[in-house]
Amino acid sequence: MHPIIKLVAQRLSLGILLLFAASAMIFGLTEALPGDAAQAVLGQAATPESLANLREEMGLNEPAVSRYFDWLGGIMTGDLGTSIVNRLDIAESVGKRLGNTLFLAFWAAVVSVPLAIFLGLLAVRYRDRWPDKLISAITLTTISIPEFLIGYVLVYFLAVKLGFGTALAMVNDSMSLWQKLNAITLPVLVLTLVVLAHMMRMTRAAILNVMQSAYIETAELKGLSTFNVIAKHAFPNAVSPIVNVVMLNLAYLVVGVVVVEVVFVYPGMGQFLVDAVTKRDVPVVLACGIIFAAIYIGLNMLADIISILANPRLRHPK
Amino acid sequence: MTNELDYLKKRAGQGKLSRREFIGKTSALGVSAAAAGTMFATAVQAEGPKKGGVFKIGSIGGESTNSLDPATWASQMPYHIGRQFADPLVEVAADGSIDSRLAESVESTPDAKTWMFKLRKDVEFHNGKTMTGDDVLKTMERHSNEDSKSGALGIMKGIESMKVEGDVFSVTLSEANADLPYLMADYHLMIQPNGGMDAPDAGIGTGPYKVDVDEPGVRSTFSKFENYWGDDAHYDGVEVIAINDSTARTAALQSGQVHAINRVEPKVASLLDRAPNINVKSTPGRGHYVFIMHTDTAPFDHNELRLALKYAINRVEMVDKILRGYGSLGNDMPINAAYPLFDTSIEQREFDLAKAAEHYKASGHDGSPIILRTADGAFPGAVDAAALFQQTAAQAGIPLEIKREPNDGYWSEVWNKQPFCCSYWAGRPVQDQMYATAYLSTADWNDTKFTNPEFDKMLFEARAELDTAKRKDIYSKMGTLVRNEGGLICPMFNDFIDGVSTTVAGWDLDPSGELMNGQITRRTWFA
Repeated sequence: MHPIIKLVAQRLSLGILLLFAASAMIFGLTEALPGDAAQAVLGQAATPESLANLREEMGLNEPAVSRYFDWLGGIMTGDLGTSIVNRLDIAESVGKRLGNTLFLAFWAAVVSVPLAIFLGLLAVRYRDRWPDKLISAITLTTISIPEFLIGYVLVYFLAVKLGFGTALAMVNDSMSLWQKLNAITLPVLVLTLVVLAHMMRMTRAAILNVMQSAYIETAELKGLSTFNVIAKHAFPNAVSPIVNVVMLNLAYLVVGVVVVEVVFVYPGMGQFLVDAVTKRDVPVVLACGIIFAAIYIGLNMLADIISILANPRLRHPK
Repeated sequence: MTNELDYLKKRAGQGKLSRREFIGKTSALGVSAAAAGTMFATAVQAEGPKKGGVFKIGSIGGESTNSLDPATWASQMPYHIGRQFADPLVEVAADGSIDSRLAESVESTPDAKTWMFKLRKDVEFHNGKTMTGDDVLKTMERHSNEDSKSGALGIMKGIESMKVEGDVFSVTLSEANADLPYLMADYHLMIQPNGGMDAPDAGIGTGPYKVDVDEPGVRSTFSKFENYWGDDAHYDGVEVIAINDSTARTAALQSGQVHAINRVEPKVASLLDRAPNINVKSTPGRGHYVFIMHTDTAPFDHNELRLALKYAINRVEMVDKILRGYGSLGNDMPINAAYPLFDTSIEQREFDLAKAAEHYKASGHDGSPIILRTADGAFPGAVDAAALFQQTAAQAGIPLEIKREPNDGYWSEVWNKQPFCCSYWAGRPVQDQMYATAYLSTADWNDTKFTNPEFDKMLFEARAELDTAKRKDIYSKMGTLVRNEGGLICPMFNDFIDGVSTTVAGWDLDPSGELMNGQITRRTWFA
């Protein structure tokens, strides 16, 4: 077997094992939270009778272990089950939310990844001069401000005062792509500002590291322009760390944006998961958890594979 | 000048002048702002409701776990959704009387034990079926039967039997209750086809707007139901959007993406009112923020200690700092002037450190810290309110220790379980229901563990009493009893604070609930 295929297969099976572990952990942790779904649903309005009725109806009287294996059996056959709180099909409701989350993450990535790498290259080109310092100063400032604050500030000045973009990033099926893009302008802007610095700084550092090498000196002596040297000779050799940090940020754009979703009232997965946790809707929490874990593990695996492919030394191990 | 004024009034009525412009222009003619405001409202009302437009509400309380099944409703978002597509038998009107909905009239036997609701004819459900007495009966059965998990289960308990004869739905109670119609106005008791027995969450009702799209925790959209029985409801469509974050809610209203929002934060309310396109509407209601002590648990089982704590709280400061003035003083009973039959002559309890210290001494408490549990979710500002209470109590020599609990699980683990904590009550339409829900010794939600046989007796006595003067007298005694002996420290009643766009005409004060008791899409129109 080709070593690459073998490696991918190894990584995949490890990933699946990790997913099992993650699902057991998520289940255990939600069980450990105080109260159960019946109490969470009824809240202050709970009476012993209504609690008992609801528990019976939700199937909460069965032991936790058997509920977990029921769920596991379902997911093996591709059935995510139904919410115990509002009894909607989980696959359907999660699907919609996941689509929205991926839509936002995709456009944020389309804007931020090329921009970050370009700014990183630019910073190296003008290393220690004012463009480098300006880029670092601005991106480090935006990453240091909590994202909800950036969100509120943008909403106030752009949406409320100038009428640019919309304060609520509501998207739904009946909207055209253009309308959707208009709706998510501000959240994409916020997410870009939040993830830019990390990727930009890593690009800068990785390339600067390579720039010390002898072959860069040779390229310079050949008379290539500085930007050409960076883009053609330094960048390909710095890909591995850059890909790693890009993937980490992509994962963040998918799984870590609940605050931005709340501020812009974006109907994504984050808010959905938070609701499910407060209502102790275990099947939904599990489904969301598994999807998040899968995305996280998948992207990290992709990063590993790309850095191996990009590095001849790793590509042909002795 | 009169011509000019008439012209302006006409323009205002046609919606071509905003309130602010109108006041500005008329003040140039020498009309005071207050008078101009009234004039504007009359002018707009006089022109009559206009049809059309899609009204958008931004509401707190949206969760992806919400359902269209009325039995499950517990927060604001489903409350507003229900108001669009469904109707109860009766509604509490703005003046506290009973307003007819799907029941045309209500009568009772002289002993207040049997109540007859004469049903409206030719009312059509959104699925094309005509409403029958059977639908009403099944609805009530679904909310009251053994395995019901309805939020209205508690209020359906006193019903002995129900039946339908022709177009009369009658309810027989095991104990007399003069307030039954008010109980039937509960927002869970929406009439559904076959009582919702087949498909409780189908979203089919008799309301003015039928459900088009329902995305739980995101938004619900409605369009006008052409065969709606009533003559109110002037919009072509309604959209209820879940905006749980209060800053986002305010921003959405400011940028014109929604026309009305609920739960404006008191600290931004006066600032928001200054925005040119927004009116902040504050409605005194029956909701109140409370500190509750279990009267059966030491040290709170000693009335002297309870009194000491009641005197050690500065109610004026609470209303000023926690509610920012959007509320009124509490008097350690769950009732205020927003209730029918309220006795205004009961003396207001003042902040009195000397008396607090005196009662504290008389209680013989050993001086160990008294633990007060609180959480952000107990009521808005609960943590700050607890800190204020701690400060004033310390001045009277009473040591309070604040224990901050997580929001998550507060209602299941702390409230009604721990002996001293912060909480809130949304209030009930009538005194009887409020007392029966939380102060009757056998009530499930008796969160102060208040047991007083005399009080219980008076409650049933008042319930059966049809003479309002006598009833008022009994309620006054009951209120005084809770005030002096109960475990309730009630520093304040909170107002409903709504934000409404100036494009909306027809706003009316309705103390029964936020956004005109949820009737905003029925009783207002775009100016």
